[in-house]
Amino acid sequence: MLRIGKIPIAVFALFIIAFPWVTHEIPSIEHYTDIMIFAGIYCLITMGLSLLMGYTGQISIGHAAFYGIGAYTSAILTAQYGLNPWPCIIVGMAISAVIAVLVGAPSLKLKGHYLAMATLAFGIIVYIIFNEEAAWTGGPDGMTGIPGLSLFGFEFDSVKKYYYLVWIFVFAAFIFTVNIIQSGIGRALRAIHVSEPAASAMGVDISRFKILVFVYSAVLASLAGSLYAHYLNFINPSTFDLFFSIKLLIMIALGGMYNIWGAIIGAGLITFLSYEWLYYFQEYEVIVYGAILLLVTIFFPKGLVGVPGIVKGWFRE
Amino acid sequence: MNFVEEENILELNRVVMAFGGLMALSNLNFQVKKGMIKAIIGPNGAGKTTLFNIITGSFPPTEGSVMFKGLPIEHLKAHKIAERGISRTFQTVELFGNMTVLENVMLGCHTRVRSSFLSSGFQLPQFRRKEAQVKESAMKILKFIGLVDKFNDPADSLPLGEQKILEIGRALASEPELMCLDEPAAGLNETETYVASSLIRAINAKGITVLLVEHDMKVIMNISDEIAVLNYGQKIAEGSPQEIQNNRRVIEAYLGSEI
Ligand SMILES: Nc1ncnc2c1ncn2[C@@H]1O[C@H](COP(=O)(O)OP(=O)(O)O)[C@@H](O)[C@H]1O
Ligand SMILES: [Mg+2]
Repeated sequence: MLRIGKIPIAVFALFIIAFPWVTHEIPSIEHYTDIMIFAGIYCLITMGLSLLMGYTGQISIGHAAFYGIGAYTSAILTAQYGLNPWPCIIVGMAISAVIAVLVGAPSLKLKGHYLAMATLAFGIIVYIIFNEEAAWTGGPDGMTGIPGLSLFGFEFDSVKKYYYLVWIFVFAAFIFTVNIIQSGIGRALRAIHVSEPAASAMGVDISRFKILVFVYSAVLASLAGSLYAHYLNFINPSTFDLFFSIKLLIMIALGGMYNIWGAIIGAGLITFLSYEWLYYFQEYEVIVYGAILLLVTIFFPKGLVGVPGIVKGWFRE
Repeated sequence: MNFVEEENILELNRVVMAFGGLMALSNLNFQVKKGMIKAIIGPNGAGKTTLFNIITGSFPPTEGSVMFKGLPIEHLKAHKIAERGISRTFQTVELFGNMTVLENVMLGCHTRVRSSFLSSGFQLPQFRRKEAQVKESAMKILKFIGLVDKFNDPADSLPLGEQKILEIGRALASEPELMCLDEPAAGLNETETYVASSLIRAINAKGITVLLVEHDMKVIMNISDEIAVLNYGQKIAEGSPQEIQNNRRVIEAYLGSEI
């Protein structure tokens, strides 16, 4: 669980680099690059959630709110005030960090699953604000006119360009997160998950670390939201509802939350399911997600990344 | 037998711990001299673990003060007390089972060496240096406790005896001045008990003060310099092993047929 091999990372990088070139050649899946942009955006959120939930053992049911705060901060500051998008993205991350401290600190100082309740309520409140504060957010109709991204005159104006931009962010966040997992901080987080009395007896400041990870995951979600807004150039509140928070949980449960790879695999699979493969189910989509969550928690509690271990176990028998 | 100094490293003054109506500790005065091995004995439910929990900051006492090296610590959180130089083990093993033996001990170094979130995430040179330093000192401890061969095994794969030893090793990694060991020999066979008590002596020989809760009278009588006896949250006797062995109140309350 701790060592995250360099070879899988390299293979993964090659896959990501080659993906648009290969799918481009096959007309029936040409549009997969576009879907992979969303997969990358969701990966940013699920990696933070994996650190928070899988490694540290704290549950958040409100990350759609941070995703939305990032998106709306970017949208409002660029579309209404005409600011350059990059500082707006950073402002969104800073706002999310501050809000994460305000929401997380009181509940993370208590023992038990107060964070789950607090984030659930927080997510609902933020969703209502997106809908009601129409002067700022455009209300239920949402906001248009959000500019795309460019850097030193280079416009990320095609699907392929934006794809690489998003996945550079995903890779940077992935490496950073992997480094954290393999550091003393990662050890402290896993220790908190297993035994809070033992962790604190060994000098781990439990509430500080929980808040730190919660803030980190909120900042990543905010970045993801900004990237989403600048890609679609349009946002509305329904993207950031409670169901999306739950979908994020399904992603990390499906992939496996005790392993950072699970966050990536889960985000990728659920994205393709919802954008492509479950298209015909329409409103019955929710049932499929429910079934996935049920099957995974019963048969693969460690998610898909745990399957090789289970299969190995069969062969040993 | 050890270099016991006159100075008290730990002093509890009129400590009261009430859980609702239950007085787990009542008006307890208790001192530990620097450099000694002090044992606490008493029947189950006497308040021994509660005493450890108060000393190590799991919860504050209802009343009274705890002084460590002359400074009050009863209001401090557990991790702050660990930083001051007190570490502990638990009556029922509280290892990080999914981590390796080495990682458990490395976590014990947390009070001494740590890196910031950013320097860990970016793997700055100072982070790598610190991580190497932590690993080296953890390996040294594994050599000292005799578990170096198993450094890469998951902690929960070890037999109970080695888990207890590993927990002591983890507590040692913070380089404490006072170690509180809660029943280190409980559940161990004779050989394992021997290993554990030799280890405790070796730790004490390094100059670390040891406070010990234990039921195994052979261990207690062999290694402790001083014994305190608790019964229903009160100290009913205190003295050298010989004095305790011959104390009538102690025999009635606790030792009974054992001696
Ligand atoms: N956290 C707690 N809450 C309520 N009662 C407790 C708690 N911890 C200990 N007790 C009670 O305090 C008494 C002393 O327990 P303990 O210190 O564990 O005894 P010992 O370690 O000497 O066997 C027992 O009656 C126990 O039930
Ligand atoms: Mg006890």
